Amino acid sequence: MSSKQGVVGIFADPHELIDGAVAARRAGHQNLDAFTPYPIHGIDKVLGIKKSWISVVTLLFGLLGCFGGLGFQIWTSAVAWPVNVGGKPMLSIPAFIPITFESTILLGGVMTFIGVLSFCGLPKWKGRIVDPRVSADAFALWVPVRESQQISHVEKLMKENGAYEVRVVT
Amino acid sequence: METVWKKEPLIHPRKKLTDVDRDICAPMESRPSWRWYACLAVAVSCALVGAACVGYQLHTGFGVWGISYPVGWAVDITNFVFWIGIGHAGTLISAILHLFRQRWRTSINRSAEAMTIFAVMTAGIFPLIHTGRPWYDFWLLPYPNERGLWVNFRSPLLWDVFAVSTYFTISLVFWYLGLVPDLATVRDRAKTKIKKFIYGFLALGWNGSERGWKHYELAHLILAGISTPLVLSVHSIVSFDFAVSLLPGWHTTIFPPYFVAGAIFSGFAMVVTLLVIVRKVFGLEDYITLQHMDNMNKIILVTGMMVGYAYGMEMFTAWYSGNEFERFTFMNRALGPYAWAYWIMVSCNVLVPQIFWSKKLRRSIPVMFVASLFVNVGMWFERFTIIVTSLHRDYLPSSWGMYKPSFVEVGVTIGSFGFFFMWFLLFCRGLPTIAMSEVKSTMHTFLKPFGKKKVKVVETGEEYVF
Repeated sequence: MSSKQGVVGIFADPHELIDGAVAARRAGHQNLDAFTPYPIHGIDKVLGIKKSWISVVTLLFGLLGCFGGLGFQIWTSAVAWPVNVGGKPMLSIPAFIPITFESTILLGGVMTFIGVLSFCGLPKWKGRIVDPRVSADAFALWVPVRESQQISHVEKLMKENGAYEVRVVT
Repeated sequence: METVWKKEPLIHPRKKLTDVDRDICAPMESRPSWRWYACLAVAVSCALVGAACVGYQLHTGFGVWGISYPVGWAVDITNFVFWIGIGHAGTLISAILHLFRQRWRTSINRSAEAMTIFAVMTAGIFPLIHTGRPWYDFWLLPYPNERGLWVNFRSPLLWDVFAVSTYFTISLVFWYLGLVPDLATVRDRAKTKIKKFIYGFLALGWNGSERGWKHYELAHLILAGISTPLVLSVHSIVSFDFAVSLLPGWHTTIFPPYFVAGAIFSGFAMVVTLLVIVRKVFGLEDYITLQHMDNMNKIILVTGMMVGYAYGMEMFTAWYSGNEFERFTFMNRALGPYAWAYWIMVSCNVLVPQIFWSKKLRRSIPVMFVASLFVNVGMWFERFTIIVTSLHRDYLPSSWGMYKPSFVEVGVTIGSFGFFFMWFLLFCRGLPTIAMSEVKSTMHTFLKPFGKKKVKVVETGEEYVF
């Protein structure tokens, strides 16, 4: 949650949360966010959240793992110190495939995890949470408000859509 | 929308979102019962027996094991393959069933993934002590050294090092990513300062933001997508340890799919064994319902028949190959001095799961518990049969021999079970055993138009669509 001023509305039902978000967007508010105990499918479009680029991270690091792993095996087995093992060719590509596969998965998977943390700005131990209930059964909608006059309007809008608690954060 | 055929709810229909937190966090927020302490004491004692045996082996030398010429691999590698196999069910549940959108997996995936991690940790002990000089185990890794030497990348044993360590790392990452939102729930519920600090630290500051969920869900899907080929590759590579050799009984092309099916089979049996106990002890019957157990027993039935097919096919191929050594190995397996192990394997793995054709037996807790124990025993003997019977009688009858495990090997085997259950018991107390955020997403309340007003309709266990 950013330090800017705004209004937090807490809803009991995700449908009401979506209604509230739609109403806030219609009223022209930007940079909304919702805090929910589980992902609410479809609300990302309402809130204007863009698609996640985490898949690109996986792809790039997966490719790096793939070619890096294969290249390392070729370099160590055929270039750095070629050792004849049972008369097998130095450049035995088929035998290098299993480890190439594993290094692809390893680098791609670990970087996906690191990527998701950095995209979410985690770890952020000092950060505030909107409300302890959002990890249990509350669905919170955050509407940042620039001008103080708008606050009462947003408050009204949230209540109309079923928010059982509305808080102003300044 | 009309329901075509009514499904049983995934969890008890009268549960609210906060009930989920309360019920699942209950073991973490109350003092453990004496039963838990008793179980932990048994597990730790077994683990200590194993540790003592490993210590004795390291101090005295490898000779304290029963392995000798011609049987150089036995109980130790059996345990390794057994435990790696146990792990596979966890990944199957969390990754493959995720890709297939099987919502019932939400109640069981957390504990199954935990089982995967602990099973792989247990499995890892065996090859490491089997090297004989575990303090040199880092030689398995390619690192720049003063001798300028590198590892042999053409060896399936090295593939194993990479496959198992990748499997462990990715399983851990996948599991931890799934845990983060639940750890945040535990953090927000925590009453004491210490708990708040520990779970707050582990939750990494997760705040439930929809932007975070968007990345989280995609990352979860990607990790499921890459874990699926990974889990298939791991047991395939484990089977290459055998299949790439030229030994009759090991050198077969059926090994990779046969091993993977067997791994899933034994893993599900272990999940059933554990969950029967967990749901009872921690009162989670409303979350891990008979429907879940029923589904898992169906998978046990299917994979059991796949394994049975592989047994039959191995026999057929041995006969059809016309190779007398191949034929002899398989005849020796079924009728030789280790025939008892072979028939334990066949009866536990092929015959016992057939009871699951009956819906009544599939839903009977005592029946499935006993059957899952039989499957575990059978799968342990499958690996024993493959390893020992193929080795003990090779081409030259003058060099035939028999293998008998020494007390050290028996002790290490007991220790491995203790080690595994010790971790699992600690997990049950320290972390949420059910993925709360995922369960909550399946128990959605829907708003349906009713006249002019909208009323809330609870449809548990349905896919949520907006």
